[in-house]
Amino acid sequence: MTSAIRLSGVSRHYGAVKAVDNIDLDIAEGEFFAMLGPSGSGKTTTLRLIAGFERPTVGEIQIYGEVAQGIPPYKRPVNTVFQDYALFPHLNVRDNVAYGLMVAGVAKYARHKSADDALEMVALGAYGNRSPSELSGGQRQRVALARALVNKPKALLLDEPLGALDLKLREQMQEELKALQRSLGITFVFVTHDQGEALSMADRVAVFNEGRIVQIGTPEDIYYRPESPFVADFVGSSNVLPPRFVAPFIGQQVYGSLRPEAVYLADQGHPAQVTSVSFLGTATRVSITVGDVAMTMLLPKGAAIPKAGDTVQVNWDDADLHLMAAP
Amino acid sequence: MSTLSGMLTRISDTLWRKPNLLILLLILPPALWLGIIYLGSLFALLAQSFFSIDEFSGVIKYELTLKTYGELFRPSNFDIIVRTVVMAIAVTIGAAIIGFPVAYFAARYARGKWKALFYLGVMMPLWSSYLVKVYSWKLILAKEGILNWMFETLRLGWLLDAYLSIPIIGGNSLSVSATGTFLVFLYVWLPFMILPIQASLERVPHTMLEASGDLGARPYQTFRHVLLPLALPGVIAGSIFTFSLTLGDYIIPQIVGSSRRFIGQAVYAYQGTAGNIPLAAAFAVVPIILMALYLWIAKRQGAFDAL
Repeated sequence: MTSAIRLSGVSRHYGAVKAVDNIDLDIAEGEFFAMLGPSGSGKTTTLRLIAGFERPTVGEIQIYGEVAQGIPPYKRPVNTVFQDYALFPHLNVRDNVAYGLMVAGVAKYARHKSADDALEMVALGAYGNRSPSELSGGQRQRVALARALVNKPKALLLDEPLGALDLKLREQMQEELKALQRSLGITFVFVTHDQGEALSMADRVAVFNEGRIVQIGTPEDIYYRPESPFVADFVGSSNVLPPRFVAPFIGQQVYGSLRPEAVYLADQGHPAQVTSVSFLGTATRVSITVGDVAMTMLLPKGAAIPKAGDTVQVNWDDADLHLMAAP
Repeated sequence: MSTLSGMLTRISDTLWRKPNLLILLLILPPALWLGIIYLGSLFALLAQSFFSIDEFSGVIKYELTLKTYGELFRPSNFDIIVRTVVMAIAVTIGAAIIGFPVAYFAARYARGKWKALFYLGVMMPLWSSYLVKVYSWKLILAKEGILNWMFETLRLGWLLDAYLSIPIIGGNSLSVSATGTFLVFLYVWLPFMILPIQASLERVPHTMLEASGDLGARPYQTFRHVLLPLALPGVIAGSIFTFSLTLGDYIIPQIVGSSRRFIGQAVYAYQGTAGNIPLAAAFAVVPIILMALYLWIAKRQGAFDAL
């Protein structure tokens, strides 16, 4: 596994604010890598450090084995899809896509040909003469993608590229991006605050919190084996159980996490108070309190649904109770 | 009291129901002002320029003729036009070159206190009297002035003398040279270039420049292909100010500069002591035509596409 992008002990401080705080990261060639975290967690700053828009306060960044400090963005073999797309309003769609080739000195005919091919790839072949302002959000997103890919970067950096799209379009674009990444075989580094997006698209996910990476792993690792209460709570809203709750079962003073779908109604189990019930379509989410700990459970379609205020018996399999060493 | 408020309520209700009436009432006074006083006087001026003056009696003949316009092309008059246009172009280019970096700094980097300081710095010269500023420049540029003293102190007096010995732009001292006129014009009109450029640069998103660099553009390519096209409406707006203000001014070249006249001075002289209103009007039409031409070319070059 060749390393495409490697960050060693990288920090970016703004005065007293540690936007990125001592990060180590190793992204493999051809990997679809997601950086997930709430806003202000440092994921976008990390992406901007890789692109070269920001300089690390300390630490070293390597891109394909080459130390990237001191190399300006225009010399780095990576291209970015910006959150706001950043299409040039004074150029038409074709010239937007051909921009990277134009500044590289490619002749007009050749660069327009490449631009049209790239537009064809994102299913916008007929839109070359339009102005970006005439396109919808989804179309602009594709133009930004084509523009970044026409330079044939070794790695593509995507900063919340689907954030501005509506749900249906977002799901469609997720699949298209994944397919595109597979067919091009280049490294994708994807920043998102949407855990579903990160889990469904990425080969590996880094979860960010307060400028640090709190966990790196496959989507399954992150989802089923969170290492800290923060990851359990942020990724897929697991029930985080405090040590005093876990201790009687395990005999250990550690945090536990329990996925909502792992909790079920039982004839014999722990008495629980139902606080609220919400219908989600494919399942029903039921909020309960067990003792003094609030939990949510996800009941599959067809199960008997309790009402708010009911007292029920709930249980779970010990195997589903995941223990977290980190506080 | 209650009848008055009742009446006001009825009026506001009527205006709310008839929005066109409201718009008409709001637009009528400025439209009258613009239409009758402003455009009217402009057309009166235009009409004057088609009359001519009897060379012997000095009386205006109220017959339509192009004779007065023909006089503009007499060498002595045409020189005035060329001199003024060259000066206006030089001032505009100079102001754009100096103004752009200042505006860029203000738009991109200045925040909070620094931004306030920038506005203060750019606007403050506009608060003091124009005449006082021009006279202070005359003192700065005079042979006994601080600039000359600086050159002498730095043992560079010969450099200044060599520059002043160049015909056309030189003279006895900077304060009586075309270069002096240029410097004062540049100083006085600079805020009118900086502010529109700054306003247009404020609207260029930061990511636009990052995207350009990200796609491989070197800084000067980003400037040439992204920043300048997007800021061009501001540069054009600023150049309209500096260009037209220089074309029309008649005080600065009178106080600082050589005795060679500019359009404004010609207009002033012809409508005053000479009593040749038609020729003064014809001279006054020249800047209007030049500005129209300039805007037409700017539009054709796509200067307003990013607007």
